[in-house]
Amino acid sequence: MSEKKAGAARGAETVKAGAKPKTESGARPTAGSDAKPTAEPQARAGAGAGAGNAPVARPEPVAAGTRLGVLKTYKLYIGGKFPRSESGRVYEVADSSTGNGGGTWLANAPLASRKDARDAVVAARKAVGGWSGATAYNRGQVLYRVAEMLEGRREQFAREVAEAEGLATRAAGAVVDRAVDRWVWYAGWTDKIAQVVGGANPVAGPFFNLSTPEPTGVVAVLAPQDSSLLGLVSVLAPVIATGNTAVVVAAERAPLPALSLGEVLATSDVPGGVVNVLSGRTAELGAPLAAHQDVNAIDLTGASPEMAAELEAAAADNLKRVRRPGPEDWTADPGTSRLTAWLETKTVWHPQGV
Amino acid sequence: MSDSNQSTTQGAGRLFAYAPAPESRAIVDLAPSYGLFVDGEFTEAADGRVFTSVSPSSEEVLAEVARAGEADVDRAVAAARRAFGPWSALPGAERGKYLFRIARILQERSRELAVLESLDNGKPIRETRDVDLPLVAAHFFYYAGWADKLGYAVPGHPDPKPLGVAGQVIPWNFPLLMLAWKVAPALAAGNTVVLKPAETTPLSALFFADVCRQAGLPRGVVNILPGYGDAGAALVAHDGVDKVAFTGSTEVGKAIARSVAGTRKKVTLELGGKAANIVFDDAPVDQAVEGIVNGIFFNQGHVCCAGSRLLVQESVRDELLDALKRRMATLRVGDPLDKNTDVGAINSAEQLARITELAQAGEAEGAERWSPACELPSSGYWFAPTLFTGVTQAHRIAREEIFGPVLSVLTFRTPEEAVAKANNTPYGLSAGIWSEKGSRILAVAGRLRAGVVWANTFNKFDPTSPFGGYKESGHGREGGRHGLEAYLDV
Repeated sequence: MSEKKAGAARGAETVKAGAKPKTESGARPTAGSDAKPTAEPQARAGAGAGAGNAPVARPEPVAAGTRLGVLKTYKLYIGGKFPRSESGRVYEVADSSTGNGGGTWLANAPLASRKDARDAVVAARKAVGGWSGATAYNRGQVLYRVAEMLEGRREQFAREVAEAEGLATRAAGAVVDRAVDRWVWYAGWTDKIAQVVGGANPVAGPFFNLSTPEPTGVVAVLAPQDSSLLGLVSVLAPVIATGNTAVVVAAERAPLPALSLGEVLATSDVPGGVVNVLSGRTAELGAPLAAHQDVNAIDLTGASPEMAAELEAAAADNLKRVRRPGPEDWTADPGTSRLTAWLETKTVWHPQGV
Repeated sequence: MSDSNQSTTQGAGRLFAYAPAPESRAIVDLAPSYGLFVDGEFTEAADGRVFTSVSPSSEEVLAEVARAGEADVDRAVAAARRAFGPWSALPGAERGKYLFRIARILQERSRELAVLESLDNGKPIRETRDVDLPLVAAHFFYYAGWADKLGYAVPGHPDPKPLGVAGQVIPWNFPLLMLAWKVAPALAAGNTVVLKPAETTPLSALFFADVCRQAGLPRGVVNILPGYGDAGAALVAHDGVDKVAFTGSTEVGKAIARSVAGTRKKVTLELGGKAANIVFDDAPVDQAVEGIVNGIFFNQGHVCCAGSRLLVQESVRDELLDALKRRMATLRVGDPLDKNTDVGAINSAEQLARITELAQAGEAEGAERWSPACELPSSGYWFAPTLFTGVTQAHRIAREEIFGPVLSVLTFRTPEEAVAKANNTPYGLSAGIWSEKGSRILAVAGRLRAGVVWANTFNKFDPTSPFGGYKESGHGREGGRHGLEAYLDV
């Protein structure tokens, strides 16, 4: 492990070769901010930002009387903890602006490895018993708690979404509101879906016969690439609402809202391991997850058609449940298909008699 | 319930001697040869190939059957495509009436089809008469009633549409029943069908084609392509197919899942199993024994959901095994058309070889083999009901689907151990629980990773009851509202 770290630190990969240094004026700039750059990423210790060939910003002195902002080290969220990638790798995340050779540098996100993906699956598997065994009422309250926590961090997420998706502040705020509301929608589903899709079957004989939906287990989720928070919440919430645990691969170029969501989940009574968030290359992480023998299902929403076909074929090895990518409108009524996709139907028979 | 120390197992079968009571096969009018059923007509295969279907109990050739190839798949899919527009445009109530007609004609011709199925498959007439055929008609009757109620089938989808052409591949263990599971919901939802029956049991599907004609079903709505795996593979991979439904081995199921990757095709797979039948120490022994016997020897063990792993609580192991052996000694193995027969013929020489090989592996790996004294007919394919004790979880006979009348017995001490052992398999189709304690049944049922759990019963089926597996036993459910959903674009 130390070898990998040492090697990776030298060769930190870049997404945007021409990424500009992030501007900073005590707080991260929102889209359209005219804040003057007063700090630069080199000031951050340990993040590896200046390592190797990563673009280097020229330091500027902090003006007298101005406070130097504290930057966040974005980390993975695995098993309720916030590790860096075991590989030691990071990649540069820039905002969505494209002027002057690429977007503005925002952060160095962990470039998760296949090993991180496997670790996340182990954590997710470990969490299945407790989470699937929790009452639906309890799961509903926990999901509602996520909405509460997200609401409390509305400004932070609005800023991150604005940077990630190039939205104006007000539009980004509306996206966060929708994401909060989506948690509330799914919080309400936890103790209703069984009645809607399960029930008593009137068999032609003296038997009690009941069909009940049950979680399928560990679900790998390739989050949508185009909607860093609302899309992410829209695919993640139904997975855990139904009692599954998740390994989520965040949008490749816009992983920061997802990584921050990990912090929300960690403070929302969601047991560690129920949601695990990875950032990095979707293709690099999708392959081991699709082929993993201890993953029960995979959501390919964030995969390109070619990648999706390949991963679906790999998923056939242990007959994972697969949801193919398709056109999505994250503002539309979500329906129940993302709930039922991760549910098995168990039918129990028992004779009647006195 | 007699003295369990008494060694009566060997002779018990002869306490009652039955005179043979064969069902007459005169009710079935078998033609010397049968064609493919495409676009409402029986036709030869494009390349003229044929194969024969033999009776597994006598090795007698029953008929020659056209063998579908790729060109025939093209032709049948095209016919189904042409039929799809008008069929899906029919008011649901009218489509439903066709299905009701089919259900009624199946009931009328039930004895004929039961005898035919027994002849072609080798399963006992008592089973085709009392289980297969009643369920076949019931499936059509059940789904007929859905055809004009599709808006109530899937919550949130008030006007669901059919998918198009369904390509369906079915196995040989319940030929007509598997056809019913596939065809009835497909047609009710407004799809048209191309179905490939198994190569060893094509006849009942071809008789079903005649039932469709009698019902006046529009041409091309149901197409039947007898053939081998190559025809099935071509059907599943065909561009004109919108929906794939397969029942069969997990190995082939995985190949199908790979072949449809990246396509629009919706897929349901009903695959193999290695069900645990768990007997707790408080279970009523005689009932449990009946359930165990029904679980593994029903249909010669050619059942994907067969209770092939008996998990018995250690404290009642000896008592239960003694009773089970006594009961096994009374099983009558022989002529499928004899109404007294409990266990019929193995479906094919190939399947017999597979069962034989796995049973030998059981012995070679150190498990103890036992069968009751049992005279097997000299012609045909036969395998005596067999019990293995001293089986560990690592043995092949505890891990692999044998698909024959072979029971592997394991023991456990605590409910936790029972659940862990039951779930220790890549399969997850069915499971059984025997106990008098309701809370224990519900707790264990909740923890078993299986799509169907039979508590104090086994191998029960009903058109209203969803059936299908967890894990590598497949995707999706057949039966009930769930089975309909698999044929709707939702």
